[in-house]
Amino acid sequence: MVDTRVTLSGIELENPVIPASGTFGYGQEFAELYDINCLGTFSFKGTTREPRFGNPTPRIAETGGGMLNAVGLQNPGVEQVIAQELPRLRQVFRKPVMANVSGFSVEDYAQTCALLDREEQVGWLEVNISCPNVHGGGMAFGASPEAAAQVTRAVKAVTKKPVYMKLSPNVTDIAAVARACEAAGADGVSLINTLLGMRLDLRRRKPLLANGTGGLSGPAVFPVAVRMVYQVYQAVSIPIIGMGGVSSAEDVIEMMLAGASAVEVGAANLVNPFACRDIIRDLPGVMEKYGIQSLNEIIGGAHHG
Amino acid sequence: MREVLYTIGYNRPLTADVWEMGLFGDTGAITAPGQFINLRLEGLFLRRPISVCRWDREGLTIIYKVVGRGTAALAAMGPGQRLDALCGLGNGFDVSKCGQRTLLIGGGVGVPPLYGLARALLEAGKRPVVLLGFNAKSEVFYEDAFRALGVETTVTTVDDSYGRQGFVTAALPEAYDYFCACGPLPMLRAVYDATKTSGLLSFEERMGCGFGACMGCTCKTKYGNKRICKDGPVLEKEEIIW
Repeated sequence: MVDTRVTLSGIELENPVIPASGTFGYGQEFAELYDINCLGTFSFKGTTREPRFGNPTPRIAETGGGMLNAVGLQNPGVEQVIAQELPRLRQVFRKPVMANVSGFSVEDYAQTCALLDREEQVGWLEVNISCPNVHGGGMAFGASPEAAAQVTRAVKAVTKKPVYMKLSPNVTDIAAVARACEAAGADGVSLINTLLGMRLDLRRRKPLLANGTGGLSGPAVFPVAVRMVYQVYQAVSIPIIGMGGVSSAEDVIEMMLAGASAVEVGAANLVNPFACRDIIRDLPGVMEKYGIQSLNEIIGGAHHG
Repeated sequence: MREVLYTIGYNRPLTADVWEMGLFGDTGAITAPGQFINLRLEGLFLRRPISVCRWDREGLTIIYKVVGRGTAALAAMGPGQRLDALCGLGNGFDVSKCGQRTLLIGGGVGVPPLYGLARALLEAGKRPVVLLGFNAKSEVFYEDAFRALGVETTVTTVDDSYGRQGFVTAALPEAYDYFCACGPLPMLRAVYDATKTSGLLSFEERMGCGFGACMGCTCKTKYGNKRICKDGPVLEKEEIIW
């Protein structure tokens, strides 16, 4: 029997597979399809202090090997999430959940995290300082090590839960941002968020997305994500949650060899709603094929020996 | 929702760019006319949502217009080939809300789901009347199929090459007690303004997942934010914000 267990900041996961924020809602749509308790955990829809409608449509466009999205952090706001979504979630999911949080000011992040800190089912806070689809916030905080550190400190001051800073790939040196988060007290880092992109409509000669730009995800970004996880692993000693185009058990192992302690699966869920269940099912067989007894042993394996 | 591997029975053009495809396989997940299936196509990342025209225990029919890479790939497929689909998606037309004499208004490639709706209304003992709008005679399809159901069917063409001249709103009958519409956004808007009764309108939007997870197709309604793919595509006239 192979061992798929991993640990994130003292909380054990049955397996490292985590549906990524923004592709799994608050769990309900998928709980109708399969028992989501098979997941390591999942990262719920990016939640902000106030409710947000998000961007105008079209918000989605096809790309080679992936997709662009510019949803713009549509969510019901943290109070509604606590009052309605978390009680509903408890009916279908009995594990600790990862709370994904976004904001437009340092205070925003701190207030939202302080409210979620009181919620028993929240195991970790994943703080998104990398959303490319909102203006005046999001990625602005992930773009500089100083701003990233500022948000990290503000969030750490209001919570005892482990804090994972979700980093943007749209920077010159992601390792520098990761180091700044670690120095400011982050318990871990999540990477990568989507890559800023654009597609044009040839008939209208205008961007396909109403927002103009959008975030690229899907298999097309997987090599970029592996490279960045690899680089960040060399730069920090806190755990990394790796993501970006992961769509198979092999991809999970590759991401862990690069340095990830756990792996998020995003766009794949939208094309195959059973993607995470299938990856978890395939994982033991793929581990045996590559002579892996325990996933814990392969974290950062590409850096050793 | 269910993932089904369908087998293509036939795939034939109805007009220059509108095709009809028959698929054999499980239809148990379909609960209402106006729902859609989401097709996975070789070489394309996102699935392609297509409304269900009609269905029975053995399979279903879809009708699609070739407008981009996805529908072009679909048109190139033939009998015996397999198609991976998520079936039974969306909130369709609620037959119980429809009146005894419901007006079904379809525009162009919005016509197909109204055929399944007409059949469901007839099965429920109701007598729908049908109004179909096209740009030109060369684009008309399914008029005979509706007539074969024994329902009163009027066709309009914008260029007056066939049937009544003008948009569907120029040919609204006097007597109807409810309406259901599917077609391009300008048609839906005109129908919304011109109709005097309550009704249901089916909307189209670019989707990510098609089952309510990604928030890619959200619109504002008087009853709050709704996802076209999960809470729609069919919305009530009373809730719509233009």
